[in-house]
Amino acid sequence: MWFKWSLLTISLLLSSAVTCSEFEANAKVGADSRYFFEQGQYPEQLENTQPGFYAQAEIYYAWNNSADSITFIPYYRYDSEDSERTHGDIRELSYIHVSENWELRAGIRRVFWGVTEFQHLVDVINQTDAVEDIDGEDKLGQLMLNLSTVNNWGIVDYYLLPGFRERTFAGQNGRLRGPAAVDTDNAVYESSAGKQHVDLALRWSHSIGDFDLGSYWFHGTNREPLLQPSSQEPQSLIPYYEQMDQLGIDIQATSGAWLWKFESIYRDTSKDNFAAAQAGFEYTSVGIFDSGADLGWLMEYAWDSRGQASEASRGADLQNDLFLGSRIALNDVQSSELLIGFRTDMEHHSNTFLIEANRRFGDNYKVSFDLRLFDSNQPQDFVSMLNNDDHIQLSVERYF
Amino acid sequence: MLNNISINKLAAAAVFTLVSTSSFALTQEQQGLEISQQVKQHDTGWTDSSADMLMILHNAQGQKSIRELKIKTIEQLTDGDKSLTTFNKPRDVKGTAFLSFSHPVEADDQWLYLPALKRVKRISSRNKSGPFMGSQFAFEDLSSFEIEKYSYKYLGDEVINGLDSFKVEQYPVDPHSGYTRRIVWVDKEAYRIQKIDFYDRKNTLLKTLTYTSYRQYLNQYWRADTLNMVNHQNGKSTELKWKNYTFKSGLKDGDFNKNALKRVR
Repeated sequence: MWFKWSLLTISLLLSSAVTCSEFEANAKVGADSRYFFEQGQYPEQLENTQPGFYAQAEIYYAWNNSADSITFIPYYRYDSEDSERTHGDIRELSYIHVSENWELRAGIRRVFWGVTEFQHLVDVINQTDAVEDIDGEDKLGQLMLNLSTVNNWGIVDYYLLPGFRERTFAGQNGRLRGPAAVDTDNAVYESSAGKQHVDLALRWSHSIGDFDLGSYWFHGTNREPLLQPSSQEPQSLIPYYEQMDQLGIDIQATSGAWLWKFESIYRDTSKDNFAAAQAGFEYTSVGIFDSGADLGWLMEYAWDSRGQASEASRGADLQNDLFLGSRIALNDVQSSELLIGFRTDMEHHSNTFLIEANRRFGDNYKVSFDLRLFDSNQPQDFVSMLNNDDHIQLSVERYF
Repeated sequence: MLNNISINKLAAAAVFTLVSTSSFALTQEQQGLEISQQVKQHDTGWTDSSADMLMILHNAQGQKSIRELKIKTIEQLTDGDKSLTTFNKPRDVKGTAFLSFSHPVEADDQWLYLPALKRVKRISSRNKSGPFMGSQFAFEDLSSFEIEKYSYKYLGDEVINGLDSFKVEQYPVDPHSGYTRRIVWVDKEAYRIQKIDFYDRKNTLLKTLTYTSYRQYLNQYWRADTLNMVNHQNGKSTELKWKNYTFKSGLKDGDFNKNALKRVR
């Protein structure tokens, strides 16, 4: 309902205030469908096709010579098969005040940290909207108070994060999940404050010559829940959110056509502590075959001190994994792009393969095609749950 | 700052006299360099600028495609300029922003902000020869003019757009440039670029850029309203229309950092 109202508000605002230079409104609507090549591994999972649609609006208002501004970004998705995937979220509803050497940002926002492409290890502020996609790049809006100070030795961000957001998971009818669906209504917290725990974060970031550096400390609720089997029937998984302290570092060196990337975290919880890292490079050849196209090569390696999953320990999904990728950007009028990626576990049999392609049609349409393949024969590996979930996805977006 | 400008003007007048009276004593290379220094000199001291750019891409079949951008630039006294570009159209890239710290000799520092992921990504500035947003402009065609980026040769005088002009050949210093040379026509009246011919890596004429409807701002700085780039090899062209130029609006270094990149409109 709130979404309908916001759409109505947008159209009213559009008709009345579009001439005001400090006001902007725009939106996108999209329709997409996944097609799974095989029947699901688990009972109740949807059969082959999973169509849906989504919409996102953005309203921006600024005053005081743009020193003060408000941004509102509501999002909604309808999924015809999985009721858990039908969801709405306020991606952003925030106020920014900008002063000469600092800015204050208050409200619901999204923040991205990190430099690598295949895994976003250090990106910790926002919860993952995992029903949207499994690549971890869709995030739920997080309530925050963020003071950012600009100094000649770098930017320092102070975060106060009240109100925890629980991760979204595919439902009983959804694909791309484990043997049991996650019961998102009965999450358990380590902190007695539960969802109300106020998290804190402090980050420094700076650019020095060819280097872009960042480092942070985070104290609060781990965004990644442990999934524990429930004692009651029907069998489901209960998310358990522990408290954690995490140190993170991200470095990128940009030299000629090479981008060298490194991310690492150290996480301490009451149950264990571990370190993990993701490192690699991106190399781009420009103007290949006498055309305007760019061809990029990506390679990254993931390491985690917890090692691989076994009977005795949960381990880590990406503990000794190699990622290879290639990106082609045609740099044509339609901005046609193609990304091919491959991941393999170097300790046991587990592979994933992806293709992402997109192109603009006319001035206001964009069409995307995705292919994802999963293959593992190791019951402890997370990919084995997705063995029957190879799929293609086609989406068409219209921008307003 | 006022003092600086008057000194610059004096220097400009002195060099101009040199070029016009004793040109026989100078080599073609020296003359080419001096004319180019004049171009830079005449366009120095504007402190900061902002403007809206409309790009109209035409293909050989007559189809059109539009890009809308906003560019803010701050002049640096001892280095290349800093600029912040925001994309408004096509709509699927709206909110994307590009921050560039240009350097006369070393590689530029460039960051791209991707609004869908809220991500700021440092990118390689190696791609000078690639097309900018599918247009006939390469990235290097849109970067700020710095004396150190070329070597020069004065080729003679010609009348272009009805104006008596110097004709200067420029050879890019950067091996990653898409050109072997550019021929630039600069009018003698106000040192405004009137036309540029671009020669590709095989030294064949690739593109011609013409500047029309020059307008003077703050009684000093000239900017063309329209730039037209025609590619002779593929029949495509791109028209650039500039609007809402403002200078010395009080932009600060703080308007050109990663925080600004994330919120700029």
